[in-house]
Amino acid sequence: MLEELLFQLEMSAPQIVLGLVNGAFYALLSLGLAVIFGMLNVINFAHGAQFMMGAFVAWMLLNWLGIPYWGALILSPLIVGAFGVVIERLMISRLYKLDHLYGLLLTFGLALIIEGLFRNQFGSSGLPYSPPTSLTGAPIDLGFMMLPKYRVWVVVAALVVCLATWLVIEKTRLGAYLRAATENAPLVQAFGVNVPRMVTLTYAGGVALAALAGVLAAPIYSVNPGMGSSFIITVFAVVVIGGMGSILGSVLTGFALGLVEGLTKVVYPEASATVIFVIMAIVLLARPAGLFGRA
Amino acid sequence: MASATTAPPGVPAAGIPPVATHQGYFGFTRAQGIALLIMVAALIACPYFLYPQFLMKLLCFALFACAFNLLIGYVGLLSFGHAAYFGMGSYVAAHAAKVWGLTPELAILLGGVTGAGLGLVFGWIAIRRQGIYFAMITLALAQMIYFVCVQVPFTHGEDGIQAIPRGAFLGLIDLRADMSLYWFIAGLFLLGFLLIHRVINSPFGQVLTAIRENEPRATSLGYRTDDYKLVAFVLSAGIAGIAGGAKAITVGIATLTDVHWAMSGEVVLMTLLGGLGTLFGPVIGAAAVVGMQTYLAPFGAWVTVIQGCIFVLCVLAFRAGIVGELARMLRVKL
Repeated sequence: MLEELLFQLEMSAPQIVLGLVNGAFYALLSLGLAVIFGMLNVINFAHGAQFMMGAFVAWMLLNWLGIPYWGALILSPLIVGAFGVVIERLMISRLYKLDHLYGLLLTFGLALIIEGLFRNQFGSSGLPYSPPTSLTGAPIDLGFMMLPKYRVWVVVAALVVCLATWLVIEKTRLGAYLRAATENAPLVQAFGVNVPRMVTLTYAGGVALAALAGVLAAPIYSVNPGMGSSFIITVFAVVVIGGMGSILGSVLTGFALGLVEGLTKVVYPEASATVIFVIMAIVLLARPAGLFGRA
Repeated sequence: MASATTAPPGVPAAGIPPVATHQGYFGFTRAQGIALLIMVAALIACPYFLYPQFLMKLLCFALFACAFNLLIGYVGLLSFGHAAYFGMGSYVAAHAAKVWGLTPELAILLGGVTGAGLGLVFGWIAIRRQGIYFAMITLALAQMIYFVCVQVPFTHGEDGIQAIPRGAFLGLIDLRADMSLYWFIAGLFLLGFLLIHRVINSPFGQVLTAIRENEPRATSLGYRTDDYKLVAFVLSAGIAGIAGGAKAITVGIATLTDVHWAMSGEVVLMTLLGGLGTLFGPVIGAAAVVGMQTYLAPFGAWVTVIQGCIFVLCVLAFRAGIVGELARMLRVKL
């Protein structure tokens, strides 16, 4: 009996780890979406494209400038974040007075442009990007399974980044300004805080989170122009399930759903692609505002 | 009843003239009547100048965009997952025509029923949330349908359903010749177009407009707004399914492209470019987008870039769309 259980665990462990890795990306991406939505009231459809840009910038830094993974981990989010500043200043800032749906449509258009441009430049097939040598060595032996180092690193890094973002927003003065401006922007502006600049930087921050996820994803998935759009729709479902009310909520939902997806791959592989959407439908029927959302 | 169904006197959204007038013939204003005559004339004349195959595809997408516009333009609901209804309609019609040997009109009707059934379930789920969440939920549900279509055997995965027979209309009139199929599709399009117009100009349509303009007020007048939204959603999904079925019969294939999220984006683009909430906007928008895809096809991924640029331009500077701007210039309702 015990032996059979151990065997089951051995068989399913890799899928569960893969689920956690996917969950790490869901968490990072939905965190960025939630931060942007809280401040700008815009659903950033270009989030997937910016995730993809993060991976491509890492690839370009390595292949064109010889900057290794660890450099890209810092530089790529900065570069893509700067791109976010330009986008916000030039385009999104013109839409705050309109219906929120226009923000969605605009960022959808941006996603099409970005994806199309990368497809023209790099083709549709993936480019390889190998993980740094310090994370490639022999996998960690846990007795019942082998744990590839890079996957552990992704999960830990995502957790640390999510926690750091939460700390910044909940515990620092800057975070207090942010939360106050989310509640009542004109009042915060009246106290002398430069709200428009804060909005721009928030967008850049969210975009940088997406790019960071992209760099982390580059060695796992092949770097290709379509890698973001397939991810982002699932992340939308994650966001609907969690509700965008709480930062920790979206992080938790992200990891949990990745895990559920991984488990489904073990139990009933046919449903693994659709399970998150089914959960979304059930949550909407039971708790329309989402698990952590406010109505 | 009459006073309850007129649109509330709020300021209408930019570029969308208020829909409250019942003058003119059959609910058409004079300008709309003239535009309709021009459209019918174009329907009759165009196949002698342009490829019927291209025109039929255009008409299928125009009907799809009109169905989508019924939701965004007149109820204010942005469904970002209309490819699900279009694509499933296309698959079911293809299967019915090819495997079951149904006549084209029955196959297309079955596609419409499929779209409406799917719309009933998804609409029921999605209407629980509003605005931006509604868009995300419809998109996610449509993505689920995409994954289902990848896996179930009857869609034939990556190959799709190919070599769909055109059959004979009512079992009598052979549609294998391009021109006979063209008249069939043109008739279908016109029927769908007039049906949508009739819905919008009915008391039911007036309530929908009231919901778009001010939902709390419509609720306070005693309307169960969620029920109205759901009926509109089912109608829109059903007509999208019919458009999908017609497209499958016309082009002869039903593939994963029809259910992909990019298709949902395309129908949004058509409607936005033509003019949200205008009667003829979706038709013009569909003509522009399908024409662009056909003539720019050699440029590959640049088409996506151009589509993205049009999205951005429309949102930033051209929110009324082609027909909306035209109507504003001529000071009429189109």
